Amino acid sequence: MIRFERLGKSFGEHRVLEDFTLSIPEGQTTVLMGYSGTGKSVLLKHIVGLLEPDAGRVIVDELVVHELAYDELMELRARIGYVFQFAALFDSLNVADNVGMGLRRQGLDRDAITARVQECLRLVELEDAGERYPAELSGGMRKRVGIARAIALRPRYILYDEPTTGLDPVTTAAMNELMIRARRELGATSVVVTHDLASAFTVADRIAFLDQGRVRQAGTAQEIRATSDPLVREFLAGYLDRGNGGHA
Amino acid sequence: MSGAEPAPVPASSWLHDALVQSGRWVIDARRAVADVATWRPHLLPQMRKLGVDSVPVALFIAVFTGMVLALLSSYMFTRAIPLYFVGTLVTKAVMLELGPVLTGMALAGRVGANVAAELGTMRVTEQVDALETLAISPHAYLVTPRVLAATLMFPVVTALAITVGVVSGWLTAVNLLDLSTSEFLRGAQQFYKFKDIWFGLVKSASFGTAVATMGCFQGLQARGGAEGVGKATRYSVVLGCEAILVLDAFWALVLL
Repeated sequence: MIRFERLGKSFGEHRVLEDFTLSIPEGQTTVLMGYSGTGKSVLLKHIVGLLEPDAGRVIVDELVVHELAYDELMELRARIGYVFQFAALFDSLNVADNVGMGLRRQGLDRDAITARVQECLRLVELEDAGERYPAELSGGMRKRVGIARAIALRPRYILYDEPTTGLDPVTTAAMNELMIRARRELGATSVVVTHDLASAFTVADRIAFLDQGRVRQAGTAQEIRATSDPLVREFLAGYLDRGNGGHA
Repeated sequence: MSGAEPAPVPASSWLHDALVQSGRWVIDARRAVADVATWRPHLLPQMRKLGVDSVPVALFIAVFTGMVLALLSSYMFTRAIPLYFVGTLVTKAVMLELGPVLTGMALAGRVGANVAAELGTMRVTEQVDALETLAISPHAYLVTPRVLAATLMFPVVTALAITVGVVSGWLTAVNLLDLSTSEFLRGAQQFYKFKDIWFGLVKSASFGTAVATMGCFQGLQARGGAEGVGKATRYSVVLGCEAILVLDAFWALVLL
């Protein structure tokens, strides 16, 4: 279980999060939505301890992330897979080494690592790309390798930062399917940050809409579709107008 | 009133932040050095990249340094000092000062810029964050092998540069000045001390540590895309050169 409790974070004079409180239910996919600059990616970075809060706390598995000792934080990170917006693949390593990067620290032998890497690449349908380097891959392929790397550790939580941004519709649909499969096959709790409404309503069990550093509205995908909140409706307008549900 | 100037940051706050940051780096460094399994596989490749690949530029500088030193000393000594002192000046100057410092400066440009640009690019493309999310310490994976490699390889490259510089000075003296090999060797041996050798090598090891540390620090601090990487690279080279000059003065005060 992930909980944000009265989280506050500023960068210089710019306050990004203020009194932010939200619980991410176990085993479900929660989508964080909102206008740009509302702190969605900042929330993900707090979960893995890449950022420290100015106020409040983030609790993962009953552990307060920013109070953890170094070794405890490393253990926690090994339970969390993180898919970066631009994949953040190590460009000096080939695809197989990228995916296997976190596995060496788990004490697995070479054969076990190779088998796990192949299994993950098969899941993202890139089993023949192991020897290729990130510079030789398309944007969609890089994101799929990013997912393979994140799931290689068999994480309890998977965090996706804008997983479909910049992808064509076909690749976006494939990414959505991947996220659903990853959750189903690994049973992982997923947190997805996205602006892509079609993707959000495809993968989400729950959606939280952020505004001015706080949760404006949270609920199931159906509840968000049926919202009467004018700001949320404005955000969803284009999507709902295309006949994807809602009352208006 | 609009346009009010922001309140100045108190010096105590700046000092506090600097101390906290320094303390974190010391703790991270200790932890990273202890994480041998992470940095060991990268040590030899970095020694090759930062050290072996830097040999040509260091030797190029050494050839011309030895040549110019021989010509300059002959010019200065004319009729006042016996010419065999050309051998003394060339060997002393190359071993004690010019070999280590000029090699250090050249490597500050090559190694410092390389390290800062590489780590800076990794920082701004979130590869460093990715390492952390995989529970791998960037200090153990990226910083430690580079700093160790530079500390070990700078003296090796400097030793080669010193050798080539002295040989170049000798060849210049024999071919362009009216000096025989035995006279050059007589001058070289006249005031030779074993300290002349290790002094330069100890200095160059400290230059390697400083240059690589500066490059890693600047690279990992890079922010804001290509411009941030460029800035980190520039600072790395400038601060690396400045660190070499400060360390050079420090070792001269402490060891001579």
